[in-house]
Amino acid sequence: MSHGMSARPLPGRTLLLVLYFVFTLAPIYWMVHMSLRTNEAITSTFAWLPESLSFASYARIFTDPAWYDGYINSIAYVALNTVLSVGVALPAAYAFSRYSFLGDRHLFFWLLTNRMTPPAVFLLPFFQLYTAIGLMDTHLAVALAHMVFNVPLAVWILEGFMRGVPREIDETAYIDGYSFPRFFVRIFLPLMKAGVGVTAFFCFMFSWVELLLARTLTSVNAKPIAATMTRTVSAAGMDWGTLAAAGVLTLLPGALVIYFVRHYIAKGFAMGRV
Amino acid sequence: MSIVKPVNQRAWWLVLPVLVSVAFSAVIPLMTVVNYSVQDILGPNQSVFVGMEWYKEVLRDHELHGALVRQLTFSGAVLLIELPLGVALALAMPTSGWRASLTLVVFAMPLLVPWNVVGTIWQIFARGDIGLLGYALTQLGIDYNYSQHPADAWLTVLIMDVWHWTSLVALLAYAGLRAIPHTYYQAAGIDGASRWAVFRYIQLPKLRSVFMIAVLLRFMDSFMIYTEPFVLTGGGPGTATTFLSQYLTQKAVGQFDLGPAAAFSLVYFLIILLACFVLYNFMKEVGTGDVQ
Repeated sequence: MSHGMSARPLPGRTLLLVLYFVFTLAPIYWMVHMSLRTNEAITSTFAWLPESLSFASYARIFTDPAWYDGYINSIAYVALNTVLSVGVALPAAYAFSRYSFLGDRHLFFWLLTNRMTPPAVFLLPFFQLYTAIGLMDTHLAVALAHMVFNVPLAVWILEGFMRGVPREIDETAYIDGYSFPRFFVRIFLPLMKAGVGVTAFFCFMFSWVELLLARTLTSVNAKPIAATMTRTVSAAGMDWGTLAAAGVLTLLPGALVIYFVRHYIAKGFAMGRV
Repeated sequence: MSIVKPVNQRAWWLVLPVLVSVAFSAVIPLMTVVNYSVQDILGPNQSVFVGMEWYKEVLRDHELHGALVRQLTFSGAVLLIELPLGVALALAMPTSGWRASLTLVVFAMPLLVPWNVVGTIWQIFARGDIGLLGYALTQLGIDYNYSQHPADAWLTVLIMDVWHWTSLVALLAYAGLRAIPHTYYQAAGIDGASRWAVFRYIQLPKLRSVFMIAVLLRFMDSFMIYTEPFVLTGGGPGTATTFLSQYLTQKAVGQFDLGPAAAFSLVYFLIILLACFVLYNFMKEVGTGDVQ
């Protein structure tokens, strides 16, 4: 780095990073380790490295539709949720970042309050609501339900990005005769690529790992992978190997998403109106 | 410090889609729960209006008080560990090249594991006989057993949460740090500012907004933690790791006391709301004198 102070490293930063890498990767390593062993081996003996590699767990997931459909369902509603959340959050974040209007501060905080409801009791009303409108067991139901916690976050993150775009750009475009929709799509959105990328990652992540709502609103056709994993508990005992293999596979889509947005995160953003 | 924004009531039209989509899935269930909370539900179509009765019962419940204290201690510990650690990690993270990419991908991993899997993996990982963590601790001569000793169980849930969520703070703080213009550092370099002064007077104030969202997210999510400890310890041993959500679920699902459980949910929601409101306003004020 050639930028003076930002380059001056913290004392012990390498040590901290190495220690934290070990801490982060140890449980992940154990998950991979478990996914390559048989259930008898997992539950009976300790081994630093798997004695022999068994890919039976992975083979089961890739050949059994009950398993791989779970991934397809999860990816379907997570993608739908990400598109919808970012889609509705974009104009709202623009409004919050550019204008004052009646109740704007209250509305901004209210959005966040929607992340604060403890799930247990709210599951039943959710079930009733989505049954009443005939959306039960569809990808759309889960995508809509997950908007409750993703839209507020998306608005907060995007608003922070939009503040970084100088207002002169809007004004020049309006003087040049652009209508709002045309300006927003043709000029403003291309400037917001980083913001959209980062927001999409966070929406993807929170929707991907949520289990309680996703399980409540689905039964067969839209059953998520996390719910499929509860199948590994049976009378014969726990199928640890398959569960671990499924866990390893759940890391991949999100790891791909963060790999694509890594430059945007590294470019930086400041968030929210404070 | 921010420029005055023009007043424009038509901006409401831009906010409307958000309002409709969130209100649809948030307000209707919330009103349903309010409705439950003032009724005694005897059967599918049988219920009696009981007014504030459930609220009084909830506020007098001693087990609830215990769970609330455990919950507050847990969330306090989570914030005290994860925020400083997350910021320290963000300061230490590489800023460019493959090292930066690798760090981002590795840090994101714990965030991407479904919550029930987090609990299940840690259940094995922390076992003294067959798990990496438990085995290593036992080999070091530490008497560790999370399914027997309450303190071990509590610490395991805490460490699991640190593992699971510190990355979120680190990623947010990292992005916030990268947004600081280089001219700030150059000016500090000319002034001969110390590393601490740079952190205290440049980096920390600029991190304020990402820090705020990190505090609020970590507070509300840790306050509602359910799936991970449920899978790992089932709330035990005893009630050592029975946090509020778990207690609430036992009431709602286990005993099927929908009325009291709904009243409990709303009290729970109000506690989180109040705490977030206080945190939000406190953090809005604090440090505003530092810049500009």
